[in-house]
Amino acid sequence: MDTRKEKFPYGIPGHNLSEIEREIPIEEPPVWPINDKLKIIGKRVTRIDALDKVIGKAKYTSDIKLPGMLYAKFLRSNVPHAVITSIDISKAKSLTGVHAIHLIENTQKEGEENKNGKYPIVKYVGQPLGGIAAESLEIAKDAIALIKVNYEKKSFVIDIDTAMEIGAPIVFDEPITQQQDGGDVGETHDGSKGKGNVRGPSTSSFFGGPRGDLVKGFEEADVVVERTYRTQVHTHMPLETHGVVVDWNSDVMMVYASTQNTNAVRNEMASIFNLPKSKVRVFCDFMGGGFGAKHSSGSFGPMAANLAKKTGRPIWLMLDRQEEHLSEGNRPNSIQYLKIGAKKNGTLTGIQQRSHGTAGVALGAGVGRIAQILYTCPNFATEQYDVLTNAGPGAAWRAPGNVQGAFGLEQAIDELAEKLNMDPLTYRDKIDKSEVRKVERRRGAKLFDWSRRQPAGSGKGVVKKGLGVGQSTWPRFVTLDSSVEVKIHNDGGVEIRSSVQDIGTGTKTILAQVVAEELGLEVKDITVNIGDTFFPVGPGSGGSVVTGSITPPARNATYEAKKALLKLVAKKWETDSSELFIENGQIGSKKDASLKMPFKGATKLMRTSQISKIASRSDDYGGFQQPWGLAYGDLGSVQFAEVSVNTDTGFVKVDKIVAVHSCGRPLNIGQLESQINGGVIQGVSYALYENRVMDNGTGHMMNANVDQYKVPFSMEIPEIETLVVEEYSALSSTDAYGIGEPANIATAAAIANAVYNAIGVRLYEIPITPASILKALGKVS
Amino acid sequence: MEDKNQGSESKPTKAITRRSFIRGAGLSTAGSVLLTTNALAFAHKEQLVTGEEYGPEAMTIKMKVNGMMKSLSVEPRTTLASALRDHLELTGTKVVCDRGSCSACTVYLDGKPVNACMMSAFDVGDKEITTIEGIAQNGELHPVQQAFIEHDASQCGYCTPGMIMSCVHLVENNTDPNLEDVKNATRGNLCRCGTYPNVFKATLAAAKKTI
Repeated sequence: MDTRKEKFPYGIPGHNLSEIEREIPIEEPPVWPINDKLKIIGKRVTRIDALDKVIGKAKYTSDIKLPGMLYAKFLRSNVPHAVITSIDISKAKSLTGVHAIHLIENTQKEGEENKNGKYPIVKYVGQPLGGIAAESLEIAKDAIALIKVNYEKKSFVIDIDTAMEIGAPIVFDEPITQQQDGGDVGETHDGSKGKGNVRGPSTSSFFGGPRGDLVKGFEEADVVVERTYRTQVHTHMPLETHGVVVDWNSDVMMVYASTQNTNAVRNEMASIFNLPKSKVRVFCDFMGGGFGAKHSSGSFGPMAANLAKKTGRPIWLMLDRQEEHLSEGNRPNSIQYLKIGAKKNGTLTGIQQRSHGTAGVALGAGVGRIAQILYTCPNFATEQYDVLTNAGPGAAWRAPGNVQGAFGLEQAIDELAEKLNMDPLTYRDKIDKSEVRKVERRRGAKLFDWSRRQPAGSGKGVVKKGLGVGQSTWPRFVTLDSSVEVKIHNDGGVEIRSSVQDIGTGTKTILAQVVAEELGLEVKDITVNIGDTFFPVGPGSGGSVVTGSITPPARNATYEAKKALLKLVAKKWETDSSELFIENGQIGSKKDASLKMPFKGATKLMRTSQISKIASRSDDYGGFQQPWGLAYGDLGSVQFAEVSVNTDTGFVKVDKIVAVHSCGRPLNIGQLESQINGGVIQGVSYALYENRVMDNGTGHMMNANVDQYKVPFSMEIPEIETLVVEEYSALSSTDAYGIGEPANIATAAAIANAVYNAIGVRLYEIPITPASILKALGKVS
Repeated sequence: MEDKNQGSESKPTKAITRRSFIRGAGLSTAGSVLLTTNALAFAHKEQLVTGEEYGPEAMTIKMKVNGMMKSLSVEPRTTLASALRDHLELTGTKVVCDRGSCSACTVYLDGKPVNACMMSAFDVGDKEITTIEGIAQNGELHPVQQAFIEHDASQCGYCTPGMIMSCVHLVENNTDPNLEDVKNATRGNLCRCGTYPNVFKATLAAAKKTI
């Protein structure tokens, strides 16, 4: 037999913890008990790379400086829709210090584009047209300014409402398909269907298509909520912009990349330049934030490589802040129509959803599947349309689609609860079948003191307080392409290697924790070398897949390496290695307590310089919902918001957020709290501040910088309390999952519900601004 | 581009090539940005280099950084941030907005926090620069740095050097800061990962230890 049976902890400690028997692969390690009984896992372990960050030693891609390196700068379009008739580079070429100019030309691959001459058609302001490599960034900028681009301008459309009209300027004449960039976790949008700029609809997800009969469902309903919600476009604005340093002076193309996905960048670069994957090496040690937008080599990767090829020198190509806003991704906006029906007792009878959103010149503006799966409802249908506009392309943005979807759904559920005369939490207890969210609601309500909530708009005075709640779900995605090498060196060192990158979430640290726990060592004893595609392939950091995908093979490889080491000790002690264990850095024997050997001493028994074991992610114990890696269970959250609304000025202040989350077995409470804080703050920002402002007359973004693109700074940060609920599902050797995406989903909805509770008038559009509050209150027209 | 006067044919009449420096700071609103946020750098320039003619070619200047005298060859339009990062390989100082709006490039000029992206390297003169690399002394971390580690106050870490510069300056100049003081000290520091709550905690904890 290749399997054995083991009993695993199952359920939620303090609520319904029990055991479940699982049949697991024979080579995988014995079950871990719940976190209480572990030494390192689940604890507040400090980040292993924190020291480098606080002393300024951490090297990011933008910090790379290589001998002979040149600095590159993009030439970008300054019109939103045009055919390029000519590009005059003569002046730029002769500027002292300029080494190469590379213009992006049409290729046979690009469908529609190659009908129209030498250069691709310009579709948005900020589209890359070419690049310059020079001895300094200043010279490169000077040279860009000397290039003259002649355009034959075409009519264009910037805003979604106009783009949807019949007779609107057409952005793409032909069917288009969504580019895979690793950040889309299993969902693609079909741009080949539809009319004009409106493409789609997408009507199904990996959770299936429409269910039941909506007409019947709404006939059975006693109460119906029917609303349209609007959300804005917002940009990722990671502090480190997109970019690479490419060194192609040897047989191997070396790409230093600020990326969430070293593997995807490697694959793209190999494909574009017709190289075997083994001849491209992508490296990312520290990276300054991505939030979903950094899964691809974009146009900067190929541009830097082309310039490296032309000059024979390493090329530094990092975007500036404006370029980042214009061309490197955003969360598409949405116009969501939602109709929900329920019986008098609250039972949902129908959910109908229809959404339009624009990801500019890209696809992927759906509103996710949260309305499909968060609550049990027999009758459901969705139609999600992409609207093409002459604006920068959208990209995956922390829980793509679901953040928009939650803003609509969770407000509609709140409104339904009120119509049914039920407390919003009590109502969710009734319609939400998730056991973990039940616990989250209970524990969160206590921490937040939900009982102080007053009827909507009942507060006296100018500043009114409001309390609200929002919920989320996020699938447990697993990438089977997740491998780790664990080495035990004969000097006592332990090393982990994988191409998986740490984007600031703490992946390096949890890997060290898992290996240290399994080896009975301390975190400081483990060296983590990741973010290098010459190492075993790891997952991209998107969809909250990393923890659930990479920690089980990390543990499994460690277990294999440990067994090999213990066999050597067993031989010396003339015993059976199954009797041996490692604890506190000492190898011991269950049979003979007098036998002791330090870990480092044991490594001296090795006849080779290292023990090296590689493990890859195996199927979940008990299998997947979808064979490609959709696991059972979900990552659910309940977030509570307390706001103050000044009814004279319209200003909204978020006073407090209580965020209660689950992610299977929590690995590092401190890092989880940090990530939840981040999701919450970005949610506050989405609800109240951020907005990409476009000039519809020129197609230019009006706030493509930091000073005008509104985000919260220290003064706007609410008090945040987090709770992580342990939930054991017995699905892998670590049973752990990530938290990045879930942390961001429910916040805006919770805030909107709290604003309603404060002022008694509901806002269906974000960002909620002083102007929109005063308008809702009828104080301005 | 509107900097038509820039170039070899129009030698600046005095001091540094300001227009080129302005271009680096962003085009359309450069004037107002510089006037409102770069008063300090202008003040130094007027005192130190009025009447001398530099640029546009690179020339060698000296600068005291983290207690050491450094020699570097830079053009007058080179910002202090670029001088540190590109010429002295002190890449702990980060450039995020390049227009004085995010404080990622915060360094000390004679002990006072300034935005290194908003200041010409030529304006430093004989003032002493302290960067994030100069905060730990003889391998010993400043209490703020130690507290940032203990309270998980960095995530991606890109804002961290600037945050630490702001927070160290606070605890060195305020023996008993409260939460509002910390928020005020970091009100210009942009973080996108959401480290603020832990930055506040870390700085308050460090302040207690600093007394």
